[in-house]
Amino acid sequence: MSIMVLAIDDSRTIRSMVRQALAAAGFSCELAEDGVEGVRRFEELRPDVVITDINMPHMDGFGVIEAIRKDVANRRIPILVLTTETATEFKTRARDAGATGWIGKPFDDQALVQVIRRVTGAS
Amino acid sequence: MASNESFRNLFFEEAEDLLASLSDDLVRLNAGTSDNEIVHSIFRAVHSIKGSAGAFALDELVGFAHRYETVLDEVRSDRLELTPDLFRVVQRSADHLAVLVEAARTEQCTDRVVTDAALAALDACLGSNAADTAASSTEESDAPEQAPILDAPLFDFPALSLDIGDLMSASPQSYDICFRPHPALYENSHEPAFLISHLAELGTLEAEVDLSALPHWSAPEIVQPALSWNLRLATEAGREAIEEVFEFVDGLCDLTIDAKDDDMPEQNTQDGAASMSMADTTTALLDAAPPLLQADIDMTEAAAASKMPDAPRPTLRVDLDRIERLFNAVGELIINQSMIAQRVDDLQLTHDADMTVHVESYRLLARDIQEAVMAIRAQPVKPLFQRMSRIVREAADGTDKQAQLVMIGEGTEVDKTVIERLADPLTHMIRNSVDHGLETPEMRSANGKDPVGTIWLSAAHRSGSVVITIRDDGAGLDRDKVLGVAVKKGLVPADADLSETEIDNLIFLPGFSTASATSLLSGRGVGLDVVRTAVQSLGGRVNIVSRPGKGTEFTIALPLTLAVLDGMLISVGNISMLVPISAVLETIRPMAGEVQPVGPNEQLLSIRGRFVPVIDLAANLGIARAIDADAPMLLLLVETEARGTCALLVDRVHDQRQVVIKGLESNYGHVPGVSAATVLGDGQIALILDPDAIVEQTHGAGQRAVSPT
Repeated sequence: MSIMVLAIDDSRTIRSMVRQALAAAGFSCELAEDGVEGVRRFEELRPDVVITDINMPHMDGFGVIEAIRKDVANRRIPILVLTTETATEFKTRARDAGATGWIGKPFDDQALVQVIRRVTGAS
Repeated sequence: MASNESFRNLFFEEAEDLLASLSDDLVRLNAGTSDNEIVHSIFRAVHSIKGSAGAFALDELVGFAHRYETVLDEVRSDRLELTPDLFRVVQRSADHLAVLVEAARTEQCTDRVVTDAALAALDACLGSNAADTAASSTEESDAPEQAPILDAPLFDFPALSLDIGDLMSASPQSYDICFRPHPALYENSHEPAFLISHLAELGTLEAEVDLSALPHWSAPEIVQPALSWNLRLATEAGREAIEEVFEFVDGLCDLTIDAKDDDMPEQNTQDGAASMSMADTTTALLDAAPPLLQADIDMTEAAAASKMPDAPRPTLRVDLDRIERLFNAVGELIINQSMIAQRVDDLQLTHDADMTVHVESYRLLARDIQEAVMAIRAQPVKPLFQRMSRIVREAADGTDKQAQLVMIGEGTEVDKTVIERLADPLTHMIRNSVDHGLETPEMRSANGKDPVGTIWLSAAHRSGSVVITIRDDGAGLDRDKVLGVAVKKGLVPADADLSETEIDNLIFLPGFSTASATSLLSGRGVGLDVVRTAVQSLGGRVNIVSRPGKGTEFTIALPLTLAVLDGMLISVGNISMLVPISAVLETIRPMAGEVQPVGPNEQLLSIRGRFVPVIDLAANLGIARAIDADAPMLLLLVETEARGTCALLVDRVHDQRQVVIKGLESNYGHVPGVSAATVLGDGQIALILDPDAIVEQTHGAGQRAVSPT
């Protein structure tokens, strides 16, 4: 069974780009447009990996991580942050919130796939 | 890097939406709502544009958005107060962002100087001490940031991230790595097994799992934090590659990486450590790390779902083609409905007959469907209007005038196509208003006016059409000058006796150039005739009312949609035709003597003290008339932009009806005098006439309906 990725981003452009990159790598990809929808979709789909943006309406990425991590059953689901922020301070914050890793925007398709493989142990 | 054209289009489409919501927010902010949520929303829009723009290597845009975002971030976190001055900068920056997006979309060069000035304005807001931060962050964004793991070695190319130093040392370097995960590492769903296998990809790895911290089996909670690893890696990849493997777990574990050649004493493996091969280690890890606390799994699912704040507004994005298809189908439905109605009519049934009743409800249903479908295409004029506030600011800046735009009725909905095609003429008129309508602040003050000129832009529905007005509180038209220019250009005879309204309307004539008042902006040789042509091509009309010293008002009346038309069905000879109802003033049967021949082929109608040229449609279109030349005349008075009121001579007027417009141009090219066609209820094809073109065709130049008074 292919790995299912839930990508949460309020930008249509980014969502489509993520989807294409993941589809090309053979992952199945579901999308959500903001944090609230993201968490709802998460509960619904139980994806293998979550990729989330940080700055989003209704609920930001930190909120998403928190909502997912709150449930210990989700502890083993990697959450990756897709962000333009590169400051160490920011990474620390994401990590403290429970993020498994981060990917810089603009992202490279290969790199994105690579990180997912890395955190899921997929080959 | 994604350079795919469809992503690009998607990006610009999205950026357009974001810019619209941005300027929406700015208006709300301007209105004095000091809601921090608005600033957040502005920040998000700018941030989102920046984020996506990065994927298309739009460096100038990204750099500017970054600096803009920095200022907004200061504001939203209350480190910077939103003074009127700062608000202006925020506003201008939004304008400039829109300019950069547009330039990127059309792949045109931008004026770097302007961007630099805009950046400088933003920097000034950040103050002197913040300027350094801004400068450094720009450098960051000027060189588009790479994904941090970008140069992590790919499986097939283990040497990808070699730096010069590594290249020099031909032989692999050995590292001793001590890795002790904290509980938080597992909580962030990291797997030591994955990290270690990733490490193994860099070279040859020996791994020992250190079980010394493992409590006795009887202890509660035997969990992974008790495990640690001593690893030895021989790799050509260098220390950085190793650090990168552990990048995400930095701070979530104790990690030491020692290069063996540094002569560091070898780490003593602690008592009880078991030496294993890589494969064994991984297996052991996976065994030792079962999924935690299965019992808790179903605990919060329902709770989490019910706690969500308000859901986003449900909207559906549909491909325009599909709507187009639906539109055409509904058009056919309406035609079909009117055909059936006509057949039933022919049966001469009584009004309470079953058939009549059903056909009537079919008609009502069909109209409902048509209206619903038209509503899909209808969009508020708001985004269009909002763009105009930028135009006002730009135009004011370019002419050293002060102007504000007041929008009224921006929620008014109009067909998408109409909105799109209205953008250019509206821009032109708004520029024109600032440029020629408003006076300089000095002149305004001298005349006792507010130095800041006001332009009102309003939209409203009025009996099946949408009316857009552009009003300014400027000086009004200088009629003497307008007439003078028109005479000089030979547009009207020198002795023409024109009413004030007629003089005002001269500015719409082709060739009435505003060259005497050329400015940076609207005097680019494009006259208001272009505006009029554009509005007419939408089936609309434009008018002007000017009050000297008080201001000028332009009114544009447009059909709500380009898909259906209210028309008057007439016939000439045995051919049925439609005249747009918007052009028809009245139908009359003139009394004997009211129509007088003037010259060999021309006739004038005298009506209520005015003379109106009569145009014989049959002659004009080359159709043989079906009725006697002696029979009483039937005239359709139509209003035309170019020639004022004219009378069309027709054979019969049947009725007024709504028809579905079918374009002709794709099949027949442009047919003079005919704007489109339609299918009537009986299956007959009827042409839709363009009275303006017909009048223009008939009369050469210079003739207008002139008031004899």
